[in-house]
Amino acid sequence: MRRVLLVLTLLLLTGCRADGGGAVLTGECAGQDGTGIDADHVKVGGIYPLSGPASAYAAVAQGASAYFAHLNRHGGVDGRRVEFLVRDDAYEPARAVEEARRLVLHERVFALFQTLGTPSTAAVREFAHRWKVPQVFVATGAAAWGAEAERRPWTIGFQPSYVAEARVYARYLAEELPHARVAVLYQNDDFGHELLDGFRRAIAGTSVRIVAERGYEVTDPGVQGQLANLAASKADVLLDVSTPKFAAQALAADAAMTGWNPLHILNGVAASPAVLQPVGYDKVQGVITAGFQKDPAAPEWADDPAVRTYLTALERYAPEADPGSQQVVFGWSAAEAFVKTLRRMRCPSREALRAAAHRLDDVRLGMLLPGITLSTGPGDAFPIEAEQLSRFEGERWVPFGRVIDTRAGPAGQ
Amino acid sequence: MFGQQLLEGLGAGAGYAALALALVLTYRFTGIVNFAQGELAMLATYVAWQLVVSGMPYWVALPVTVALAFAAGVLTERLVIRRLESGAGEVTLVVTTIGLYVLVNALATLVWTAALRAFPSPFPDSPPGLAALAAAGVAGAVLGALALVVRRTGLGLVMRAVAADARSARLSGVRVGRVLALGWGAAAAVGALSGVLLAPTLFLEPSMMTGVLVYAFAAATLGGFDSALGAVAGGLAVGVTETLAGTYLGFVGADLKIAVPLVIVVAVLLLRPQGLFGSAPVERA
Repeated sequence: MRRVLLVLTLLLLTGCRADGGGAVLTGECAGQDGTGIDADHVKVGGIYPLSGPASAYAAVAQGASAYFAHLNRHGGVDGRRVEFLVRDDAYEPARAVEEARRLVLHERVFALFQTLGTPSTAAVREFAHRWKVPQVFVATGAAAWGAEAERRPWTIGFQPSYVAEARVYARYLAEELPHARVAVLYQNDDFGHELLDGFRRAIAGTSVRIVAERGYEVTDPGVQGQLANLAASKADVLLDVSTPKFAAQALAADAAMTGWNPLHILNGVAASPAVLQPVGYDKVQGVITAGFQKDPAAPEWADDPAVRTYLTALERYAPEADPGSQQVVFGWSAAEAFVKTLRRMRCPSREALRAAAHRLDDVRLGMLLPGITLSTGPGDAFPIEAEQLSRFEGERWVPFGRVIDTRAGPAGQ
Repeated sequence: MFGQQLLEGLGAGAGYAALALALVLTYRFTGIVNFAQGELAMLATYVAWQLVVSGMPYWVALPVTVALAFAAGVLTERLVIRRLESGAGEVTLVVTTIGLYVLVNALATLVWTAALRAFPSPFPDSPPGLAALAAAGVAGAVLGALALVVRRTGLGLVMRAVAADARSARLSGVRVGRVLALGWGAAAAVGALSGVLLAPTLFLEPSMMTGVLVYAFAAATLGGFDSALGAVAGGLAVGVTETLAGTYLGFVGADLKIAVPLVIVVAVLLLRPQGLFGSAPVERA
């Protein structure tokens, strides 16, 4: 009894300490921070827009939760059950930081697994850095998470960055349409500029040329005017760097213009059924995008064991989720990557998780397209850097060509 | 090429013009700027969408929606605005409309979610230019009908009397309250039309009218906040300049495109503070 009291007092004392630490390890991992992890449990927090304008992305949390539930049923990670706490930031950075603070200081999670969206992730990154808490496999394509890993090593991305995506399009055009004249529609913010600048750098030295570019503001009502402007350029290719609502408008406007029929390249952010269906599948035939995940509804994966596991688990643990959604697959894949990273830790500590995330060598995930793996190492903090192009045919995206790895070759760096 | 862009501009402008007209109507009758005008229009567009999806033909759903919007406008005036009008000042009323804006937006998201919806076009197979022209035509027809009612009928006379001087009108036996409710109803009906005109190109979602409202304000200010004709002319002008400036003024570029109509607004107001078609306030000495 006395000992229990003593332990409780110690716990309370450490709990009141403002350093966020607590469980300092001893032995071969001496001095490392083992908060939120013990022999039976590991406590993890994720922050997603469950409400508000971006609430469609809540599907990512459904996919991740389903994976952890599936994993726990099959014994967890090396005997540890993953306790996954999901919090809502309504896509507001200030709320994201507040939730991160609660998760880290009050719930005392081991790590933050995913924050969603570039603004929220950037805000939480500073907090994670100050408290030395891993913020792993964030759900945003900004290149900053990898490019600034030296300064902010506790945060790491997951999906191919917008720059990598731009390289995929550039490489495809250079090979298939070497003299392409490209018109670009872009969102006038960090996202749009990152992809556009990446594309501009990637086509340097090729004969692909940008002949027109028009931006729009997220506050604009529509992009019909921009499309009419771009049509005047008579370009062969339309690179469409827009977010869902504007992408739907651009696709519809492109389809309505009978005098201009460019190859429409739709960036991955907007390549979801929620965008294409309102436009009408008959109007988006032949549109191209880049992707890195399997489409669970595709006939070519009907007998794939990973896809079958995914579908069964989704049905059991997240029956309200749409298993065909790429967002759900994304959450599932990131959770699987997280668990594989946990398995690679040398000690049960935050420092070891950070190190493991920066030391991934060709890690395979069930729901990634064959040939696409996770790799990081010294000077490379970008886990996925390969993508494959898909063309919209009938009612779905059909992958074609080979996997394009943006690490290798002249366009890579 | 120039013709195509002009048509695109007119099509977008027709939507801005209709919403600007709704703003002007509310302003003329009640003297307040209704920030919720765009959201009420969005709500009406969802009603129209729901009707069409449930199988009602487009040309039946349109008048039904406009009638419902009219009733909703009357009810809003009777139930919310009138209760505040007696006690509170204009600032309170304007802030109330901002509250209404947030409430309506949240309700629409709750009921219909933030997912994009395809809204049927009245002329699905026509080239985009023709659809734009038709939209401008519809806006023009509504303006004409309104003008007829206001200028040529007894009701119009009463409406003008209330707009000119509510107190004198009341002393002459006009039931001012009814006319005010009518004004709100008419504004909501015209707003609904703007939503329905814009939805086929913008796609229907809860924040559809947020950006449009800014352009409608610019249009109403440009035309003169108390002139219905000015609102329509202003809307079309803003739509056309916005589209053409992107192409023909190379230095403007993407960042400044949105600023062009607003720069014109400022320039016009410096020379004519009452707007192009507005009337200058006159005080008897």
